[in-house]
Amino acid sequence: MIRVVVSAEPIDLADEMARAETGGAGAVATFTGLVRADAHDDGTVAVLELEHYPGATERALERLADEAAERWSLSAATVIHRVGPMRPGERIVFVATAALHRGAALEACAFLIDRLKTDAPFWKRETRGGAGRWVEAREADDAVAARWRS
Amino acid sequence: MKVLYFAWVREAVGVGEETVEPPAGVATVAQLIDWLATMSDGHAAAFADRTRLRAAVDQAFVPLDASIVDAREVAIFPPVTGG
Repeated sequence: MIRVVVSAEPIDLADEMARAETGGAGAVATFTGLVRADAHDDGTVAVLELEHYPGATERALERLADEAAERWSLSAATVIHRVGPMRPGERIVFVATAALHRGAALEACAFLIDRLKTDAPFWKRETRGGAGRWVEAREADDAVAARWRS
Repeated sequence: MKVLYFAWVREAVGVGEETVEPPAGVATVAQLIDWLATMSDGHAAAFADRTRLRAAVDQAFVPLDASIVDAREVAIFPPVTGG
């Protein structure tokens, strides 16, 4: 079962875990990303705001989840991404993958979070010390995502 | 053709979306960007550095030399930073 949600609502871990565990899985791997306070000279992050490309974002995430489900024979693949304003400590992204055994579940989970960072149209804007700035993309993320294409 | 802008590209242009009718001869994303850059100072500022721009045609990521012939929707934006 593929489940993709892009929403401003908080992520309910218990509900998402329970959904992933149905369907005959023997192993469920999950990843949760939290908003970091990221201290710098100009202060810590007060608010992180996520902008996205409605429609294209969901399509990109569904494509990745489909690819993971096929490549690792998953019984469930879940990708939940929050958009809008968030504060440090809040959940921004959640990935769950369910398979017969742990190897497939763990690999598929890593694949989804690595590729999501480069293949889905989201943009982060952080506010610290009263000033906002768009977060720059990291080349290291491209390199990590590229490993899964070989 | 509908053109969408996101993040700082949207802020520099001043709108998130506009409908444009590029002249014949504008056949790729890069050529569309060249043409859009002449529309206002905001457009020119947004599109000054091509290395910082990415694009999607009809909601699929493409390189800037991709065709826009028959495209309904082109989006121009900075490298993505989700996750």
